[in-house]
Amino acid sequence: MLLKLAWRNLWRNKRRSLITMGSIVFAVLLSILMDSVKKGLLDKMKDNVVGFYTGYVQVHGQGYWEDKTLENSFEPASLVTEAISGNSQVTSAVPRLESFVLAASDNLSKGSMLVGIEPADETAVTGLNDKLVSGEYLNQGDQAVLLTEGLADYLRLGINDTLVIIGQGYHGVSAAGKFPIKGLIKFGSPDLNKGLIYLPLSTTQQLFGAENRLTSLVLQIRDNPKSRQVAQQLQANLSDEYEVMNWQAMLPELDQVIQGEEAENVIFQIVLYMLIAFGIFGTILMMTIERQYEFGVLLAIGMKRHILSGIVILENIFLALMGACMGILLSIPIVYYLYKVPIRLQGQLAEAYENFGIEPIFYFSVDAVVFYSQGVVVLLLALALAFYPMLKIWKLDPVKAMHA
Amino acid sequence: MEEKKPIILTKNLTKVYDTGAVPVKAVNSVSLEVFKGEFTALVGPSGSGKTTLLNLIGGLDHPTSGQVLVNQVDISKMKKSALIDFRLQNIGFVFQAYNLIPVLTAKENIEFVMLLQKRSKGEREQRVRELLNEVDLLDKMNDRPAQLSGGQQQRVAVARALASKPAFILADEPTANLDSKTAGNLLDLMARLNHEENITFIFSTHDQRVIDRAHRIITLVDGAVAEDQLVAQPVDHS
Ligand SMILES: Nc1ncnc2c1ncn2[C@@H]1O[C@H](COP(=O)(O)OP(=O)(O)OP(=O)(O)O)[C@@H](O)[C@H]1O
Ligand SMILES: [Mg+2]
Repeated sequence: MLLKLAWRNLWRNKRRSLITMGSIVFAVLLSILMDSVKKGLLDKMKDNVVGFYTGYVQVHGQGYWEDKTLENSFEPASLVTEAISGNSQVTSAVPRLESFVLAASDNLSKGSMLVGIEPADETAVTGLNDKLVSGEYLNQGDQAVLLTEGLADYLRLGINDTLVIIGQGYHGVSAAGKFPIKGLIKFGSPDLNKGLIYLPLSTTQQLFGAENRLTSLVLQIRDNPKSRQVAQQLQANLSDEYEVMNWQAMLPELDQVIQGEEAENVIFQIVLYMLIAFGIFGTILMMTIERQYEFGVLLAIGMKRHILSGIVILENIFLALMGACMGILLSIPIVYYLYKVPIRLQGQLAEAYENFGIEPIFYFSVDAVVFYSQGVVVLLLALALAFYPMLKIWKLDPVKAMHA
Repeated sequence: MEEKKPIILTKNLTKVYDTGAVPVKAVNSVSLEVFKGEFTALVGPSGSGKTTLLNLIGGLDHPTSGQVLVNQVDISKMKKSALIDFRLQNIGFVFQAYNLIPVLTAKENIEFVMLLQKRSKGEREQRVRELLNEVDLLDKMNDRPAQLSGGQQQRVAVARALASKPAFILADEPTANLDSKTAGNLLDLMARLNHEENITFIFSTHDQRVIDRAHRIITLVDGAVAEDQLVAQPVDHS
């Protein structure tokens, strides 16, 4: 009967309850959309760089990340491979030999990063083969390159054209070579897309005179959020000759951007929920004032204060939950659609974004946490706001309440 | 013969309101005895302290000095939370208006009190039917208060007051908002309950026709008992 009473009380002033609920629905919807797009963009940004290129954890020769030269490369001793295979979080390790080179066509040239890879391993860890937009993927031992689309466009080169690579090898030997372009790849991150060249590892080692040497081992780990711990564990097991870095350590700017955006998101949501809170509070205030006399009668005939408070809290929870549920239900198809069909910016705006090195696409996240966190927040809000009528009921004197 | 004990006993009951500029002695040293089965009217000019006295007897208000004993239990020193429970178990209230919970039906309003008393479902169902029959509203049991007339609402309020099987019923101007014919009907109901079920009523009123139905008339002036007339003996049920 208490549930029934609370439920019916909710509908005493239908319009007011509906307006309050409507405002909750709207706020929840807005908040979910904002949250989803923020999270979607950040996840994408991270994936574009971390997922497709750096990986979550890397092992280098000591000092390599600070000073990326072949002089800081290393020969992977059995010690390293054992330490890595001994860590249960690490699922695979991909070797790379990277160096900065000049990439040239007949009359154009551009500084680029040459990445020597084991083609099959790379496929497994970063899904590089999925980035192929034309031509074919590399095979082990190929004397051919994969070029990012942005670089190919700049050099005006296409499939089967010849790319000239000029650079400095290990111990200062000069390194130069000519390679046919076997395929073109495209990265989401405009920065990466501008200047990457992939060559099979063995070919790269020959080119640089760095037999058996690597600049990095890219590790794939089981739980990406644990990358920091994994890096620490591995570092503890390896000598000072090596450095183990998680992606936050390798890309501090990206980490900062992500954390900053997340903080900004929290502020936005606080403001939004303050607005809803005022709306709900207004309703609660009116309800409480209007029902003073009735509360007085109820206390007079023997209704206990905590039961009466319970009813009022239930009313608030009903109101908030219904609003939040409707908001969430409404948002699911919208967010899911936007997740499948991200908003792609057009024209000048898109160019502006690209100039800033940002992909001009709004991705949405369908992570469950985006949805239920809103429900939880609204519920907590309703509970917090129910304190006011509770306090009123606690102090209510039935004689005074009925005197009015 | 064994001496009869009063169900209500007040000793020098006094209530002073000093919220205004001058303190008001709303109830001034009232000493009363009320026995089971009485049908008592509390009369007096406006502001004479009728409502205040009823509130003190009903444990809604704390006296400034003096005592209220209900069935030998001193309620004037009880804690507020204990008083709520005491009221629920021992006292029935009928107020001037807006007695009922607007979102509950007549039946639910009556049942509600028994629910607070944690009575079983079967007992509740049976008693609600009896009471609705008693106040002649069986056909209206599923109506909400807004669908009932003022007189019907007050009859439901009387039924609700009875639902908890209280020691007595306090009614503060129960007929004030009713036309004289409806007021007469309500009085008929109360008198019948008093006569047939030996229910004790104390009601305040301004209405002479209501006063005429009382067996005992207590007149208050400036918070003090000015006159206490026994018009008729309570029906002897023993
Ligand atoms: N809560 C209160 N605060 C201050 N003074 C009060 C309060 N309640 C009653 N009084 C005062 O106490 C006195 C008695 O009031 P009470 O309401 O008991 O009279 P009453 O006989 O019921 O009058 P009425 O016939 O108008 O209902 C009045 O002077 C009134 O102003
Ligand atoms: Mg009065």
